[in-house]
Amino acid sequence: MSNRVLAALAVFSLLLISVPAPAQEELTNVSYDPTRELYEAYNQAFQKHWQELKKADVTIVQSHGGSAKQARSVIEGNEADVVTLALASDITAIEEAGLINKGWQSELPNNSSPYTSTIVFLVRKGNPKKILDWGDLAREGVGVITPNPKTSGGARWNYLAAWDWADKEYDHDETKIVAFVKQVFDNVLVLDSGARGSTNTFVQNGQGDVLLAWENEAYLSLAERPGEFEIVTPPTSILAEPPVTIVDAYVDKNGTRELATEYLKFLYSDEGQRIAGAHYYRPSNPEIIKEFADYFDLGLKLVTIDDPLFGGWEVAQKKHFGDGGVFDQIYEK
Amino acid sequence: MAKAKRIIPGFGLTMGLTMSYVGFFVLIPMVSMALVTADLSFKEIVKSATDARVLSSYKVSFLCSFLAAAINTVFGTILAWVLVRYRFAGRRLVDGLIELPFALPTAVAGISLTWLTTNKGWIGGPLSKLGLEIAYTRVGIVVALTFITLPFMVRSIQPVLEQLSPDYEEAGRTLGAGSLTIFRKIILPELKPAMLTGFSLAFARGLGEYGSVIFIAGNKPFQTEIAPLMIVTRLEEFLYGQATAVALFMLAASFIIMFLVNRLQIRAARFVES
Repeated sequence: MSNRVLAALAVFSLLLISVPAPAQEELTNVSYDPTRELYEAYNQAFQKHWQELKKADVTIVQSHGGSAKQARSVIEGNEADVVTLALASDITAIEEAGLINKGWQSELPNNSSPYTSTIVFLVRKGNPKKILDWGDLAREGVGVITPNPKTSGGARWNYLAAWDWADKEYDHDETKIVAFVKQVFDNVLVLDSGARGSTNTFVQNGQGDVLLAWENEAYLSLAERPGEFEIVTPPTSILAEPPVTIVDAYVDKNGTRELATEYLKFLYSDEGQRIAGAHYYRPSNPEIIKEFADYFDLGLKLVTIDDPLFGGWEVAQKKHFGDGGVFDQIYEK
Repeated sequence: MAKAKRIIPGFGLTMGLTMSYVGFFVLIPMVSMALVTADLSFKEIVKSATDARVLSSYKVSFLCSFLAAAINTVFGTILAWVLVRYRFAGRRLVDGLIELPFALPTAVAGISLTWLTTNKGWIGGPLSKLGLEIAYTRVGIVVALTFITLPFMVRSIQPVLEQLSPDYEEAGRTLGAGSLTIFRKIILPELKPAMLTGFSLAFARGLGEYGSVIFIAGNKPFQTEIAPLMIVTRLEEFLYGQATAVALFMLAASFIIMFLVNRLQIRAARFVES
């Protein structure tokens, strides 16, 4: 390559990284991994809604990744106007960094969770290993696929749902509960770092007999590869409430408070709720969820994180997933 | 103060630029790393860096990176030799392909290598019938690292081989040396510094590699958990200090290894010059 071409390339790449964004109203939504398809659809609906409301265009910048990683990026200066993450504790971490006002979780209905989800089992067609309940995961010869609870927000729900089942099964005997959970994790073949990685391991690479998955991820896999998998909804599971909130420090700086507020409020509108339902998230509106009763098992018994068994995120996080916590102990030799 | 005159002009300017460059891109990030750990006591740093699980992750990382670098030292050298010494159809193409592991996002490499090498994959399937599991074992980690670090070796050796005049080999041959002797006594000593450079680059890159390994490793504690994953795990827990403690420990260990390799290299280079 001649020097001139090289020089031109160098100048060009410098230009590329320094081009300023066009001056239009812009909203950044920092979200977690499995919400990609949901927010793609929702953002389009919201842009239309904002157009009708204000006669103005809005650009929505969408970012996805592991929930904790996303929270960290916001703390470190990724100027998100709204965060829509997997766990309240990730948002609390942003709050502790002084970017979100205290009491954010009561600003919107349902603990600021416009939609919920739960953990189900994705098994291979015909369910050859007869996996029907949490107890079956600890059976010998069952290959379990789940992400690592230390690195994946979603996997913490998997672990806690198993814990809840064992708590009832073994009558609150913690030694037995830990032994059960340990057995389940001994059956784990591959401990991916994120939910999408695990789905890939199970679906594309054909590993394991059962994938512990978000309900919405399980339905996505089902839709992508019809006829290969089945969803087993265990009799009990956990209610995952992925919360949403405004990042106060950044909306005040960017002057986007009104836009951001409307963006989150619209999630609770009938239209927003239906979009969530269509993407296999359980709408928090009790009327609208009924419209999706053919694929949501509404009779499922769901434990919440605020149940005395767990005592809320802060307590559960420290006890189970903190440095040296129960999860670390089950992997100690 | 008398200013020492240098024969080559521009020393002040280039040296200044070098120092600012090294400072900005190497030293400042390192210092900030040390500062992050400053809110931990020395005991805490040692404790987080030498936890049993972390120790086993160092073992996995160092062992696998070493093996991958060693494999590439042998096969990368052969590859470079073929590319430099022979002319064949498609040589240019192969030469270009060598760089692919650099250009490819590492996650893509990891996902496709995993897909190929699981017990259901095209390559892993037949091999697992023979009893060799690749994906989700340490073998898989070595495979991923070998792929990622191949260009370092080939690109380190190629220029040296190109400069190596065949005169010495011909002289050796006329004096009655066999092919093996020529390789051992003439070519290998010339290549040794470059091989060591390639080895240390590959080894260092292997230690830090995260994106590709994470998919193929299976990440089972005490078995296939690599040190960078331990760092990421700590970060996910918002334990910046502990994460940095592990990083510092890795850095120190890598530095010592690099230093030793460098000394070997200097010795080899001296031999070449004499």
